[in-house]
Amino acid sequence: MSNQIHGAQHFDKSKRLEIKFSEDVMQIAQSIISRYPQGKQKSALLPILHLAQAEFGGWLSPETMDYVASILKIKSIEVFEVASFYSMFNLKPMGKCILEICQTSSCWLNGAEDIVKYIEKKLNIKVGETTEDGMFSIKVVECLGSCGTSPMLQCGASYHENLTFAKVDTLIENYKSESKRKSYTDLDYKNTL
Amino acid sequence: MGKKLLIHNDKVPGINTLEVYRIHGGYSSVEKALKTMTPDQVTDEVKKSGLRGRGGAGFPTGLKWSFLAKPEGVERYLVCNADESEPGTFKDRYLMEKIPHALIEGMITSSFALGAKTSYIYIRGEYFYVARILEIALAEAYAAGWLGKNILGTNFSHDCFIQVGAGAYICGEETALLESLEGKRGNPRIKPPFPAVAGLWGCPTVVNNVETIAAVCPIINMGGEEYAKIGIGKSTGTKLISASGHINKPGVYEIELGLPVEEFIYSEHYCSGIRNGKKLKAVVAGGSSVPILPTELILKTAKGEPRLMSYESLSDGGFQTGTMLGSGGFIVMDEDTSIVKNLFTFTRFYHHESCGQCSPCREGTGWMEKILQKFLNGTAIESDVELLWDIQSKIEGKTICPLGEAAAWPVAAAIRHFKQEFLDIAKNKKFIDISHYNRLNKIVA
Repeated sequence: MSNQIHGAQHFDKSKRLEIKFSEDVMQIAQSIISRYPQGKQKSALLPILHLAQAEFGGWLSPETMDYVASILKIKSIEVFEVASFYSMFNLKPMGKCILEICQTSSCWLNGAEDIVKYIEKKLNIKVGETTEDGMFSIKVVECLGSCGTSPMLQCGASYHENLTFAKVDTLIENYKSESKRKSYTDLDYKNTL
Repeated sequence: MGKKLLIHNDKVPGINTLEVYRIHGGYSSVEKALKTMTPDQVTDEVKKSGLRGRGGAGFPTGLKWSFLAKPEGVERYLVCNADESEPGTFKDRYLMEKIPHALIEGMITSSFALGAKTSYIYIRGEYFYVARILEIALAEAYAAGWLGKNILGTNFSHDCFIQVGAGAYICGEETALLESLEGKRGNPRIKPPFPAVAGLWGCPTVVNNVETIAAVCPIINMGGEEYAKIGIGKSTGTKLISASGHINKPGVYEIELGLPVEEFIYSEHYCSGIRNGKKLKAVVAGGSSVPILPTELILKTAKGEPRLMSYESLSDGGFQTGTMLGSGGFIVMDEDTSIVKNLFTFTRFYHHESCGQCSPCREGTGWMEKILQKFLNGTAIESDVELLWDIQSKIEGKTICPLGEAAAWPVAAAIRHFKQEFLDIAKNKKFIDISHYNRLNKIVA
């Protein structure tokens, strides 16, 4: 698989992580695989990709996908075709906090566009970009099932609902002060999968 | 206020725990089914109840169950569709978050009826924290012996697992969901064969929505005939409605089917009217894919009868003057809302979510989005309305799965009922988002 397909040209080789699950994460992976009948271990692909994404820097590099393929004893292309289909998998590096703002009907009716503009201005980046310190990325996403508590955004596993400008200020400050955390995509992931 | 069967306990502190859930009668349907009934009797009760699929299609659940092939020596599966992604719908999330055991209880009772030794709950990836709540509830259920080997000392054993998705609306379509559960892209399968014959890993499989499975518990507890007395006509029982948009009290409401739409919108027990004293303009009654209706048609049918929240009444008049109950995603829009812009958000959604298998959907959704973008830019011309109509009519019925229809119907309905709005933009060469002021107002407040 060429680097270009994965957008890996943005990836700094000097910061490359070792792509191997620790023993306890491997145990989680094995327990996921055991949920499916013998020979159907490919079914574990989605949950294990979530796990790998959380473990290896918040995105799926070609190396990460190859590693997942080796665990599940499937071909790398089978991993890539899945990783590229689902919107929660990142094929290029993202900020530690990905602010995913819902923009579909009910959220739009209640001012999602204003929230997007406000965050863009506050972080001085546009949708799809990442702040220079690698802390925040802004993404607009489609309906997250929070229509009755709109406008909303998701960050990692957390829903932030009934947003106001003041709430946005607070949550961004909170995430900044917790910036030591490896990645916000891994909130609770390991315990759940 | 009508009867509540699913979320009547949602405000009880600790109802998410097994202990409190048991105190309030939880798992009694499992006891009753496993100890006093045969699997076929459970299925019969569900048939008698008239329960219809709560995910959107409204297909009779008992009938769906009876189609399940039962060849000797082949595993059968129950799969719960918790991939709730239809814009405007958030009822399953509420149910699973507040009363996770209601779903697990339904999974066990339903699996007993179907003879499934294993079941899976496929939940959308974004509901990660809800999956966590379900995991905790599952662990409690296992520890107490409601799941695992020889439940309640009977020879029925059952395992239930959760799988998280990864962000794809299409996986709510049952065959796409099965593909995804097998670790593949969510491309819907060509039918037949239907999942009841060849589903998960080629085995007979029933796929049911969260709310449908949870409704099996009260049906077994009270009996199918009693359940069928609730509601109106062929719309039996209760339904969870997700209410959002410009209303005073958005949220999830459990209604008895047959409640007048007007009461649902204006009664203080439900949505409590339109926010900021504005007038109602339009409603999308059953999730983004069902046709939008203007005030006069949502409150009353074309015949002048009050419109009711039921499968039949909402679809009265066909698509000319009616809509569908769908998933119960009830989006309310006030007088300042731009129907064109709202339609744009829907069409952008379907374009984003098309799996790309069938050209009419893959190309058509993108084309419609581009044309609608022209309206928002003020560069659309009058004939673009015709073009939009033409494109949507060429998607409907020409795709493997219903995403094609889901994308086409909102466009058709917006043009059918609000054509003048499109024409005005084309004529004035300008789009002014009048709803902007209203929305900003809410945020500042």
